[in-house]
Amino acid sequence: MSVVRIPPVLRSEAGGEREVEAAGANVRELLEDLSARIPALGARVYGEGEIHSFVNVYVDGEDVRTRDGLDTPVRESSTVILLPAMAGGCR
Amino acid sequence: MTTYRDLLAQTKTEISELDARDAQELGGAAWIDVRELDEWQEGHLPGAVHIPRGFLESRIEAAVPDKEQPVVLYCASAARSAFAAKSLQGLGYENVHSLAGGFTDWKRNGLEIVMPRTLSPEKRTRYSRHLLIPEIGEEGQLKLLDSRVLLIGAGGLGSPAALYLAAAGVGTLGIIDADIVDETNLQRQIVHSLDTLGTPKVDSAKRTINALNPDVEVIGYRERLTSENIDRILDDGWDMILDGADNFPTRYLVNDASVWHDIPVVHGSIYRFEGQVTVFKPKDGPCYRCLFPEPPPPELAPSCSEGGVLGVLPGIVGTLQTNEAIKLAAGIGEPLVGRLLLFDALSTEFNEVRIERNPQCPVCGDHPTITSYIDYVEFCAR
Repeated sequence: MSVVRIPPVLRSEAGGEREVEAAGANVRELLEDLSARIPALGARVYGEGEIHSFVNVYVDGEDVRTRDGLDTPVRESSTVILLPAMAGGCR
Repeated sequence: MTTYRDLLAQTKTEISELDARDAQELGGAAWIDVRELDEWQEGHLPGAVHIPRGFLESRIEAAVPDKEQPVVLYCASAARSAFAAKSLQGLGYENVHSLAGGFTDWKRNGLEIVMPRTLSPEKRTRYSRHLLIPEIGEEGQLKLLDSRVLLIGAGGLGSPAALYLAAAGVGTLGIIDADIVDETNLQRQIVHSLDTLGTPKVDSAKRTINALNPDVEVIGYRERLTSENIDRILDDGWDMILDGADNFPTRYLVNDASVWHDIPVVHGSIYRFEGQVTVFKPKDGPCYRCLFPEPPPPELAPSCSEGGVLGVLPGIVGTLQTNEAIKLAAGIGEPLVGRLLLFDALSTEFNEVRIERNPQCPVCGDHPTITSYIDYVEFCAR
């Protein structure tokens, strides 16, 4: 199982958790597993076999789009960060 | 009994003395002026670094870390620089020379000199803690005083940024904000106060900045940034933009304009307990659209007024942005280009992810598809 960090804007979908676990040898398998465990969270990140364009997925600090996309390997010890854009500066 | 004259003659036999022409032919040499401040202020060699003789040994390793780099030392007439050369040899510098005839002969022969700009005694006092840092010093402080930083917003991120940039002596601060100070702002927007409730934020910020440092010129734009006014504002000439916007339309507008105007953006964003900081420097690294090509759907983009924010968080993120801005202005350090810093206030954790320029980026990529401003306001939640 790998650790998946949940960004604050997606935490309500993850039951308030800051981190969850998911299994998979690559990013596709990991996101499929995440979607099966927590469907509401998965749907915000992943759908129709693609990562949503407004979300970035990092495996061990590297953007998977600059590596092998959904085929990027994930290790047991990997940390996966889900990162949608945040706008806030607070007026 | 050894006299000064004997000692000087003896020292000159132990060091290398070069005339101006031979010294100029040394490739990649560091030129060090070892005279006193008042002598330096009356003119020096182009490209020289000023380290008074009395501080030479303690400061040379910061100025010239590579002991194989050629070093040319000069003073007024090649006496102090001869002793200085001998001392640097003792510190292990392998390629040290004293300039024969010193500054006096250089000037007499009609070679180029530079009249330095210097800080007034009042500014030397105010910025003394910067002047003591070798990486900043008088040259860096003059760069800060010459620099022009445009703040998008005088809110949570803009408040600490405005205060620390002003304190640091950034000469001109532009502030774009259409809002009025209200009570809910005071939990985090420390450039405003009870005294300025109900007044425009640009005026409130200007008042606080002027009370802190009257050296700083504040240019207020009491308007909401749009595709209509952004070119006019950027044409006023800014070295960088510090983006503390609170909404996606402005983030994308600022990004696209910064790429087209070739202005670096120090980006910060916050939500509840978490913040993100990076520097988007056109050509050197990615832009915001390389990171997020398009805005998220409205339900995924709550603003702080809906989601809330820990008051100190914009203080932390805004000061991290200010640190980047000061480094860019002074030309020092490693800016956060190509790196996105993530801060979690609850666990007190910093993480960093690598971000790269996307050759397919619609704005800064090899074949841009967006070439004019897009007003996202109509279909993107604030």
